[in-house]
Amino acid sequence: DHFGDRLIIKGGKIVNDDQSFYADIYVEDGTIKQIGENLIVPSGVKTVDAYGQLVIPGGIDANTNLYSPQKGLNPADDFYQGTRAALSGGTTTIMDHVLVEPGTSLLTAFDQWKDAAEQRACCDFSLHVDITRWHEGLYEELETLIKDKGVNSFLFFMAYKDKYQSSDSQLYEAFSVLRDLGAIAQVHAENGDIIDEEQKKLLCLGITGPEGHVISHSEEVETEAVYRAITIAKQSNCPLYVTKVMSKSAADVIAKARKKGMVVYGEPITAGLATDGSHYWSKDWAIAAAFVTSPPLNPDPSTPQYLTSLLACGDLQVTSSAQASFSTAQKAVGKDNFTLIPEGTNGIEERMSVVWDRAVATGMMDENEFVAVTSTNAAKLFSMYPRKGRIAVGSDADIVIWNPKETRIISANTHNLNLEVNIFEGLEFRGVASVVISGGRVLLEDGKLNVTEGSGRFIPRKAFPDIVYKRIKARSKMAEAHGVPRGNYDGPVHDVISMTKSVPPTPTTRGPPCPKTLTGPRNLHQSGFTLAGAQIDDHIPRRSAQRIVAPPGGRSNITSLS
Amino acid sequence: MSDCRRQWNREDELPVYLAGPITTGPNQRKTYGMFSSVEGAFESKTIDFENYAVGRKGSRTPRSGSRERLLDTGDPISKTPSEARESSLNGSPGERDEARSRAELSSTVRAPRNLTQPYGGGFISERLLIKGGRVVNDDQSFYADVYIEDGLIKQVGENLVVPGGVKVIEANGRMVIPGGIDVNTCLMKSYLGTQPVDDFFQGTKAALAGGTTMIIDHVAPQPGDSLLEAFERWQEAADKKACCDYSLHVDIPQWNENVKDELELLVQDKGINSFQVYMAYKDVYQMTDSELYEAFSFLKLLGAVVLVHAENGDLIAQEQRKILGMGITGPEGHPLSRPEEVEAEAVFRAITLGNRVNCPVYITKVMSKSAADTITQARRKGSVVFGEPITASLATDGSHYWSKNWAKAAAYVTSPPLSPDQTTPDHLHTLLACGDLQVVGSSHCAYSTSQKAIGKDDFTLIPEGINGVEERMGFVWDKAVAMGKMDENQFVAVTSTNAAKIFNLYPRKGRIAVGSDADIVIWDPDSVKTITAKLQQSAAEYNIFEGLESRGGPVLVLSQGQVVYEEGKLHAQQGTGRFIPRKPFPDYAYQRVKFRNQVKHKQGVTRGIYDGPVYDVAPIPKYITPSPSAKTSPTSHQPPPIRNLHQSNFSLSGAQIDDNIPRRSGHRIVAPPGGRSNITSLG
Repeated sequence: DHFGDRLIIKGGKIVNDDQSFYADIYVEDGTIKQIGENLIVPSGVKTVDAYGQLVIPGGIDANTNLYSPQKGLNPADDFYQGTRAALSGGTTTIMDHVLVEPGTSLLTAFDQWKDAAEQRACCDFSLHVDITRWHEGLYEELETLIKDKGVNSFLFFMAYKDKYQSSDSQLYEAFSVLRDLGAIAQVHAENGDIIDEEQKKLLCLGITGPEGHVISHSEEVETEAVYRAITIAKQSNCPLYVTKVMSKSAADVIAKARKKGMVVYGEPITAGLATDGSHYWSKDWAIAAAFVTSPPLNPDPSTPQYLTSLLACGDLQVTSSAQASFSTAQKAVGKDNFTLIPEGTNGIEERMSVVWDRAVATGMMDENEFVAVTSTNAAKLFSMYPRKGRIAVGSDADIVIWNPKETRIISANTHNLNLEVNIFEGLEFRGVASVVISGGRVLLEDGKLNVTEGSGRFIPRKAFPDIVYKRIKARSKMAEAHGVPRGNYDGPVHDVISMTKSVPPTPTTRGPPCPKTLTGPRNLHQSGFTLAGAQIDDHIPRRSAQRIVAPPGGRSNITSLS
Repeated sequence: MSDCRRQWNREDELPVYLAGPITTGPNQRKTYGMFSSVEGAFESKTIDFENYAVGRKGSRTPRSGSRERLLDTGDPISKTPSEARESSLNGSPGERDEARSRAELSSTVRAPRNLTQPYGGGFISERLLIKGGRVVNDDQSFYADVYIEDGLIKQVGENLVVPGGVKVIEANGRMVIPGGIDVNTCLMKSYLGTQPVDDFFQGTKAALAGGTTMIIDHVAPQPGDSLLEAFERWQEAADKKACCDYSLHVDIPQWNENVKDELELLVQDKGINSFQVYMAYKDVYQMTDSELYEAFSFLKLLGAVVLVHAENGDLIAQEQRKILGMGITGPEGHPLSRPEEVEAEAVFRAITLGNRVNCPVYITKVMSKSAADTITQARRKGSVVFGEPITASLATDGSHYWSKNWAKAAAYVTSPPLSPDQTTPDHLHTLLACGDLQVVGSSHCAYSTSQKAIGKDDFTLIPEGINGVEERMGFVWDKAVAMGKMDENQFVAVTSTNAAKIFNLYPRKGRIAVGSDADIVIWDPDSVKTITAKLQQSAAEYNIFEGLESRGGPVLVLSQGQVVYEEGKLHAQQGTGRFIPRKPFPDYAYQRVKFRNQVKHKQGVTRGIYDGPVYDVAPIPKYITPSPSAKTSPTSHQPPPIRNLHQSNFSLSGAQIDDNIPRRSGHRIVAPPGGRSNITSLG
């Protein structure tokens, strides 16, 4: 009886991302069976009353960290607490990040996450895999994950120097592989090199409190990395998803790139839409530390509104929470050094309300767009559509009855997380989930949350999501470069003599971090074999200099210089 | 100028020859920015000549010094700096007295040596009067005569009283402009051991023929070479060969501790204030962002201008491999592997680094619209960044890489490449005209076709470099002024004055004013010439501007007060060029930086001490694996990061005797002096 109840949702206004209409919904076996008026349904069906309210697809939170440890600390809210909070806020699917420690197996980490979530999660979940050290040896694991395990999105870090950070070369290689396999590249976009230097500088200045976090992770550093990530994605023709867009200028870079036709998506988070970075300067260390996340909340108080407006006009596409909770005692590990504070903010529960309050209630966005940014877009991008993200016959019965008139005040005392601090403490949001149905079962009703640990299912996702990859495929065909067919150059060639020391004229021969790449096809004339000292044939000029003095077929006129 | 200099402590340590000619006089000039007029530039024409002559002699020191090194290798460098230091220590409170004492000192020391230089007396006696010209500076134009003596401009004005027997040059109403300054040439940059075909002699000859009277060449040491030695090699070669004044940028091929000492020496004693770093050429010159950050920070302390070759080397390396893998080996692979985005991205990153460090950044070779736009936007936001388009990017485009003629296609190979977008030159001219880009260089680096042919089967091996030193001023006139985009004053600014300001040569160079060097060009806006390799000064067989028409050109060129080019004839003399030392902290680049330094002071929040519970961190084995960026970086001399001050690398394996005692940081301040604070009230 894993399958849920038989339900009929009556009298609500169904809101999808494309249109709204009045209809009833009949749910059986955890899926939506019928939509329409005057439905013929079996008897004994539970009726859910939705009069005067909106019936929307359950929210999808595309970015949570409920299981990834930081500096050896496990999050205070795990899959159970986290998904419980998600459900209470109207989110019925989460996408959690599998953080693979450098040098460990992707598959092992994935299995570990999946097991943990299957035991604990109360709502459906899917998984992103975070790759912290790229090398070509990962190809097979990637292929398995994408083709057999249902993962189609991978996160790379441009920050966390000497820990998780990937170099531009690594990103390019990884992006190329992901494109071939049909996955989406996600980036944590911040310039780790600069951050590292700035952190050192600040600690030397004696700034050790949480304000050092925001000072060292300046807006520009985020913007620069977003710009670079987009450039790399453009070059490798890979779709890009920028997680946690926290600043105006970073959002602008994404918007501009989209105007130029880039396949790039931006994800603002609950915290970035609802509050700003002024709290880092709070006199209360615990409060200030609670806001520590990367990229940090922006001290510019106009940021939330700006991000909301870009979200409303479609320049940013997905809202997530980037939920990662660490208790005050855990955060206090960095009480004398802000670089040691575990990073993460809450937001999994407040996400949908924040978007409604800041965007829909203010008139920036309509209810359909609201469904798009909280659910449908994520479902489309990550290949869960139309199973998730839509109210349609055959879709999963993840349904939320949304009451736009009700309000709630956020407080750490009343939220569903273990955390002692809520970064939205005291804020009032319009728009509340009054009924939450997940997998056909009513989990929230009349303010009562009734979840079952371990009832969440893993949602596998297919490669090559259409919304993302249609354009990429077309461009791959277009983008093939062609050489110019020329006759052979038969003019004089300058003799290169001093090849002894300055061997690497070619910029790549020495360095790429993965050993395999050394066998690139370049410079076929030279081998690594050299002889030291004078050789017997030193007086004979290098062969390439005279090879085609008299080419077969006669001389061409390549060297006429006029 | 000097009042700003005074704020810097380093001024006291400046050697004699770094003290400019103008700074010691009573009528000091102040700069008010690029487009404003200079106060007092034309007011008091009576000048203490003696005073300037002193500066002049002093400033010739380094070159004599290097001559001396040539002759007398026993005691290479020690004399010049020590002398200089001594004299500046002797400086008396009054600035003029100080200058005089310097004069005595240096003249007594130098006198015998000057006699040994045959050309020394030659030009000093030269007296010239340029009559009836329209003097065009970057701020204004006016009709005036210019009187020149001893290689200096002595008087500017109408109805000048001049000694008899002066050679008179009739300008006939034509423009009299400050000689051009080409800030980017590579006349000695070797590639796989082969030298460019245009050396300092050929290159400066070409420069003079185009109206450029000063070049700043790039000293390009290989990784591992000593910067100082490379600098001396360059200076020696240029002293022997250059026909016009020159100065030098030094390229930093890799970043490490040794480099720092050499940089300091170069800035303080050698008169170098600009250094180039590379974001491209992976595994050869490329620096990581961390290294760039350190380099920027260090160069800022020295007061130098950071030149950046902005391209993302990682991406280029990847693209090159891909393109070679596709079987594309011809020169078209060059632009294909270095698309515009890769340049724009690196420009963006360089500016970000510059902003974070609060350091002026100068982008060499702006070749594409998007790179130029990136600079423009950053300037709108207040970044101190300068952009340098070059002759080639202003006059031609990258379509030629697809030429069927390999030699022709290869001639265009330079990095960043010319953009295949044909609207690029026009766009760059527009930005140049409105001041968003500031300086026109040439990036002249001429390789013969047979040298280029080293890469005939692999485009990555083609030596990079194009011509343009001779055509530079002509094309700016033709494409910007003659088209009505730019006026003649802005023309002077972008071809000469701005460069002089950024690199601290102003007002000695880049201006026609009393006391400035007599590097003067009489410019004919109507002369038309067709560029062809047959008529060029450069020794390269190919000219990338072949067949293009260019309106506007020099009629007469004066370098150090001597006529070196007249009506198509060059009278350049090998070895007459002097090294022009440059002081650090150019006002034009550093004034804003200095103020921002004061403003940007960061402060922490004063809080009570956190006294709540602290989670016990199990001592995890510390993560030591080197980062990929460290692995690929050419240097291994990075200082260990300071982060995580609580943990040391010292660890004990297995169970320890005090395992049962919790870590100390967990309860250090349970009862802090002064009582508990209420930090942890979470409500």
